[in-house]
Amino acid sequence: MTEEPKDTCDMIGSQKTNPSRDKDLAPYIKIKVLFFARARDLTGSTELCLEMPDGSTARDCMNKLLIEFPNLREIYNSMVLALNEEYAPESTVLRNKDELAIIPPISGG
Amino acid sequence: MDSKEIGSGSSGADLLREIERLRSEKEELESRIHLLEAQIKPRGAAEKDKSGSCSLSSLSCSQMNGATISGLSPEMIHRYSRHLLLPDFGVEGQLKLSKSSILVVGAGGLGSPVAMYLAACGVGCLGIVDSDIVELNNLHRQIIHTEAYVGQSKVKSAAFSCHAINSSVKLVEHREALQAVNALDIVSKYDIVVDATDNLPSRYMISDCCVLLDKPLVSGAALGLEGQLTVYNYNGGPCYRCLFPTPPPSAACQRCSDSGVLGVVPGVIGCLQALEAIKVASAVGEPLSGRMLLFDALSSRTRTVKIRGRSPACLICGENAAFTREKFQSFDYENFTQSPMSDKSSEKLNLIPESSRITGKEYNEIVNTGEPHVLVDVRPIHHFKIAAIPKSMNIPLSNLEDKLSTIDSALKQAAQDSGKCASLFVVCRRGNDSQRAVDYLSKNGFPSAKDIVGGLQSWSQDVDHTFPSY
Repeated sequence: MTEEPKDTCDMIGSQKTNPSRDKDLAPYIKIKVLFFARARDLTGSTELCLEMPDGSTARDCMNKLLIEFPNLREIYNSMVLALNEEYAPESTVLRNKDELAIIPPISGG
Repeated sequence: MDSKEIGSGSSGADLLREIERLRSEKEELESRIHLLEAQIKPRGAAEKDKSGSCSLSSLSCSQMNGATISGLSPEMIHRYSRHLLLPDFGVEGQLKLSKSSILVVGAGGLGSPVAMYLAACGVGCLGIVDSDIVELNNLHRQIIHTEAYVGQSKVKSAAFSCHAINSSVKLVEHREALQAVNALDIVSKYDIVVDATDNLPSRYMISDCCVLLDKPLVSGAALGLEGQLTVYNYNGGPCYRCLFPTPPPSAACQRCSDSGVLGVVPGVIGCLQALEAIKVASAVGEPLSGRMLLFDALSSRTRTVKIRGRSPACLICGENAAFTREKFQSFDYENFTQSPMSDKSSEKLNLIPESSRITGKEYNEIVNTGEPHVLVDVRPIHHFKIAAIPKSMNIPLSNLEDKLSTIDSALKQAAQDSGKCASLFVVCRRGNDSQRAVDYLSKNGFPSAKDIVGGLQSWSQDVDHTFPSY
């Protein structure tokens, strides 16, 4: 149900923040990260793009996000992690253009 | 209680007494109306039940008066005809619905549409449990309640509305908070549970209870502009604890009374909860088990993600779970989640010494005697825009660090104007953030800063009754 094109989101982990890498040597994949509920407050965004080395897992992706947004640690132990709209263990290996959703529970009503 | 009478001194007390007198008159009139209504009640109308029983035996007799080949009374055929015309729902779906009993936990923003739709659609027995009182600031989203019921039990108000929509539904009023001590007893009388509560400990407690009693749980939540919906413990699907074995820290669990909520958002989720409850009750369609629906009101997007299945390691529903009814009843859910079972009870921080605090009344004296001072309001700017004490200066707590020089020059200005040393006071909504601010200020060059105990809430209660509460 993602309507917008894949590459419109803000990018982190690109050359600007990672000047030493060489695009021709190490293949990189692009991951779209979606934030929900409290994760939106903690990161200040609803979605962004991450560049990860090929072969990265969902856990690697989370670790990178935790460096970028240390506040996310608050919900790290109690959230649903969905890869392409399906539950995924953190050990799942990511593929290019995968979509990772970080969903903490809401308790209000 | 967020709702307050406006008035001051003895006239305020008189008004309160007058309101109390009128309320009791109204109660008496209502009970007389109920008695009269009972005399003209149409055939087949079910009684509202306060005994807590949800037996449907009497109901099946009364609803089946004049039964036809379908097993539905002519009255039911007429009332539910649009359901019966649905090939996928039909007579079978309606019959199952009319034999089902559903418990709605919480008669608030989510519970309002849930209870109204479940009553309207003709479930056999509808139980509503809540201990809260209707407040004026509930009405923008809790559409089951009307102004006339402000100050009265939410369950009473909700039952009245449901009865007005469909008098043939058996209503059970549980005017108490659902807690570990009474939950097994109450929940066991129903087939399906709808979690329409507003707090984390209740969500864990209800889920655990549903696992113990093997009841499907239709769980909805809403905050701000987002909502979530899942059916737990159904068809081999996970329970709440499979998904969230570790509760999030209390800071991560925001409440509508702190963070706000757009009224329609719980309305949307509540409607979807009613839909899921109807699907489970009538065994129609694919209930949202093992999936979670996420609703984003701001971008008008809904997404359904597949969530994990039942966790074999779950402490409550897993393979080696040793969670018994006894353990459940003595389990401290508020301690487990580090948050209260009520949306209203607020944390009372005791961060700074008494000598660094003054009461609203004391601050009022300072204003009245013209003592030079600066009042810093550390609420977020959108709170400050709602209402503020005159001449207070808004520096949100999150910006305090960068604004120390602003405070310093304001103090110098006040001292210059009066020729005396100016004092520094800090206020917030409830008196917690103001303590955090004073704690920070005292360590960063403002050792004599003081906060106003209880914040604007106390100011409104103790000093200026016309100051709006929110």
